[in-house]
Amino acid sequence: MTVEPISRVEVEHVASLAKLSLTDEQAQKFTTQLDEIITMIEGLDEVDTDNVKPTTNMADATAILREDVAVNAHQKDALLNEAPETEDGFIKVPAIIDESEDA
Amino acid sequence: MSQSYESITDLHHALVNKDVSATEITKATLADIHDHEDALNAYVTVNDEGALAQAAKVDEAGVDAGNLFSGVPVAFKDNLTTNGLLTTASSKILENFTPIYDADVVTRLQNAGAITIGKTNLDEFAMGASTETSYYGTSHNPWDVTKVPGGSSGGSAATVAARDVLASLGSDTGGSIRQPAAFNGIVGLKPTYGRVSRWGLIAFASSLDQIGPMTTNVTDAAAMMNVIAGRDDRDATSSTKAVPDYVAGLTGDIKGLKIGVPREFLGDGIDAGVKAQIKAAIKQLEDLGATVDEVSLPHSTHGIQAYYILGPSEASSNLQRFDGIRYGYRTQNAKNLDELYIKTRSEGFGDEVKRRIMLGTFALSAGAYDAFFMKAAKIRTLIIEDFNRVFKDYDVIVGPTAPTPAFGIGEETKDPMTMYMNDMLTVPANLAGLPAISVPAGLVDGLPVGLQVIGKAFDEEHVLNTAYAFEQHTNFHTLKPTMNEGGRA
Amino acid sequence: MNFQTTIGLEVHVELKTKSKIFSPSPVEFGDDPNANTNVIDWGYPGVLPTPNKGVVEYGMRAALALHANINQHMHFDRKNYFYPDNPKAYQVSQSDTPLAQNGWIEIDVNGTKKKIGIEEMHIEEDAGKNTHNPNGYSYVDLNRQGTPLIEIVSKPDIASPEEAYAYLDTLRQRIQFTGVSDVKMEEGSMRVDVNISIRPFGVDKFGTKTELKNLNSFNYVRKGLEYEEQRQQKVLLAGGEIQQETRRFDETTGETILMRVKEGADDYRYFPEPDIPDVVVADEWLEQIKADMPEMPEQRRERYVGELGLTDYDAMVLTQTKEMSDFFEAAVAAGADAKLTSNYLQGDVNAYLNDNHIDLQDTKLTPANLASMIKLQMDGTISSKMAKKVFKAVTDGEDPASYVKEHGLVQLSDPAQLQPIIDEILDNNAQSIEDFKNGKDRAVGFLVGQIMKQTHGQANPKVVNKLLMASLNAR
Repeated sequence: MTVEPISRVEVEHVASLAKLSLTDEQAQKFTTQLDEIITMIEGLDEVDTDNVKPTTNMADATAILREDVAVNAHQKDALLNEAPETEDGFIKVPAIIDESEDA
Repeated sequence: MSQSYESITDLHHALVNKDVSATEITKATLADIHDHEDALNAYVTVNDEGALAQAAKVDEAGVDAGNLFSGVPVAFKDNLTTNGLLTTASSKILENFTPIYDADVVTRLQNAGAITIGKTNLDEFAMGASTETSYYGTSHNPWDVTKVPGGSSGGSAATVAARDVLASLGSDTGGSIRQPAAFNGIVGLKPTYGRVSRWGLIAFASSLDQIGPMTTNVTDAAAMMNVIAGRDDRDATSSTKAVPDYVAGLTGDIKGLKIGVPREFLGDGIDAGVKAQIKAAIKQLEDLGATVDEVSLPHSTHGIQAYYILGPSEASSNLQRFDGIRYGYRTQNAKNLDELYIKTRSEGFGDEVKRRIMLGTFALSAGAYDAFFMKAAKIRTLIIEDFNRVFKDYDVIVGPTAPTPAFGIGEETKDPMTMYMNDMLTVPANLAGLPAISVPAGLVDGLPVGLQVIGKAFDEEHVLNTAYAFEQHTNFHTLKPTMNEGGRA
Repeated sequence: MNFQTTIGLEVHVELKTKSKIFSPSPVEFGDDPNANTNVIDWGYPGVLPTPNKGVVEYGMRAALALHANINQHMHFDRKNYFYPDNPKAYQVSQSDTPLAQNGWIEIDVNGTKKKIGIEEMHIEEDAGKNTHNPNGYSYVDLNRQGTPLIEIVSKPDIASPEEAYAYLDTLRQRIQFTGVSDVKMEEGSMRVDVNISIRPFGVDKFGTKTELKNLNSFNYVRKGLEYEEQRQQKVLLAGGEIQQETRRFDETTGETILMRVKEGADDYRYFPEPDIPDVVVADEWLEQIKADMPEMPEQRRERYVGELGLTDYDAMVLTQTKEMSDFFEAAVAAGADAKLTSNYLQGDVNAYLNDNHIDLQDTKLTPANLASMIKLQMDGTISSKMAKKVFKAVTDGEDPASYVKEHGLVQLSDPAQLQPIIDEILDNNAQSIEDFKNGKDRAVGFLVGQIMKQTHGQANPKVVNKLLMASLNAR
């Protein structure tokens, strides 16, 4: 695999996925640095991983499922107290511009 | 005043014998911390009032003779949540965050009577190897304050090295307990993945993170493990395996122990001075009756690459919750939701955190997932298989903890790549979920070097006992730093 | 040009477990905002998920009801996106290893039966609720955050809005019979995402699909699809192209309106959830769930016809909803005649529900009271006419036996009491006897009427008929 150097446009796309804004200078610096890191990572290409299963979870056993018992922590007030802005028991946030975003 | 005690056991006896009260030791500890803070900046928060209140309670109830930690001051890395006490993960984005829940390890230590003395500095969200990415300033190495203490658990390491406290907790995702332990001449153990509950550990990379003890000696590390290890139903990845008595396992006898030394751990890129110390240490282990062979972990050289995909990938997802909506920092000037997200996160995170979020977001994105995330996850399997192969014939693997001793503040921050190479010897144990310890192995140019011992999964006993045997026949752990510039006098 | 239609349905169903999927907070609705939340539901730093056994169990029950193959070794994945009602900015879902795959259900459109395939169904967590306010703010309530959901994805087998309707109705019915969900669209425990594409007959490649939103009832799903089918045809016939877009159904006009055009796929950056170990369903557990599976509608129908002697039609109507079917069975179990019970449920009860716009479980009707009323009718204590009165009392929650006693509604069936009355009436109506003898059957009706009048309607018509005929023939 020879991957094209990561472009400034890609960096900005990734930043928008991550909800980060980059100054011009940062975008430039990150483009260079990410490219270096990605070049370093590309050394993995030399390893043959055909027929190798990925490891994505490190638990030593399969899940012990929790019994379905409800417990109310009664943390509502403490939680709301920690939120930057609340009203009538709700968390308050500025309106969404893009109404069509799905949940 | 902790400086007067060589170990937690010493302090415990003094407390039980009423040579000193919990309040007295707490006051003395707080005084030491404040004395050293200008030089070390080891803490984000010192818990003056809270610690004294806890100590008063212990004194009132009487020190519990059956509980080694009763009245013993302990420092927590500031990515461990503490109920009612500011917890920042050294980030601006949590500058005002007071949790309403304790991390499981905090609960366990407090139940054992430990005093929460404060919250130690770290690289922001534990992303770094020097504490230089902390929003609250760099911590300094007590052996030479112009050097970094390592990281990310740099504050936890420095305060133990300075003997403010005898014990602290750190977290280790790619070496963040072991490397600072090595840089500060103390003991640091990363337990097996799943051995210690991660409940209340502010996640960096969920499949790599593990909390562990940082102490002045191996016995204290084992004692701390006796308190913090074990199943917690709130952490689905925590193991139900029985927890042995780690202190009882410290026989100091390693006759016949089979040690493998991976040739990849003593190759290029390892400082000559470090190499010499580690070779001497290995000779020492051999003299104690262990058999030593060179082995190979062929894929471990790719560990750093896999780690810098998997860690940031998980981190990019774990850190999305910091959005300014429910807790923590919120930007002052957002006109709509998207601005709220972007400004909060851009103002709240530092450069290194942003870099890793970017890297991880990229590695998981539609076009890159297979070539990056999945590839790394497969390399991880190969690394695990390498270890399994070696552990068929060997009890433990040893080598250096870090390629160099502590480097100068500012030396490596300009180039992330150089900084990342610090983790090359430590990440394999994280990728494979194995227990690994760093134990003091002497000085190079006045700066400490650590010997790393890696064991089989859930075999902390052999790891600790190997380190203990080494410690019993060396005096490196008794060396103390100067708190000055230019290394040990 | 003739077109064929392909419809895809993604149905979200809320499981009514006691606690949330990854936190022990209660699953309850209608409480104060954020009352049923904890640090896990808020996505606090350092908190971790614990998977709920009940969710896996309920999910498996639903999967079995849809004839799907259960994946006995599965894991969860993270779906990453920012939204205020999504506290972690990732939703824990399943993408690589869904709970179950390759199911099917049989639908019936105007007597034509068709199997519709189910691609997969997976478990995931619901989001909280974000309420927009015209004041420029949104208000977030996380009570719903972490409520367990199953998402059921259909195969591209649905070929018309009618079939879509039938699919949803059958799906709802089957899941309801498992007892794992209320499956009510009006209450949000069932939600439907719809996509539709058309292509000329004979063309293999699917057309570009559009997604429809704001379909809040099965009827709207059908109407929205009908409109969209026509709209796409018009566009294509006019030489235009269908854009990949999301359209909103307008309930008042019945039209679909463009919301946004999709530019490429969303990038949710799915990856396996590292905080939750793999979930393994042991064979014994799966066998247990299978053994404990509640009867499905078709099994009940078979029993109603085979054992209780109902018609196919009656059995079908009674099994439309689990509530009705359960009510029926409880009444029969209490001793009521099956056919009579079926008639009441389809007649008086149904009319009562319709008149009052109310669901069966929200009434004061109980199977025991209905059964007791039917038994009074069966043993002749009350007439069918009296039963109408009693039924009204039953809808008010009254006990039929005591109501009948209090209001003196007991039917007169004793021949010893009836015979003298009949004799008296016959004595006074010689003409009618004459008419009867001359073959005019109408005379009998007149005489019965007189007897009923005399007894204030309490005479048992069957007994009266028998006695009257005997008396007439004897004269």
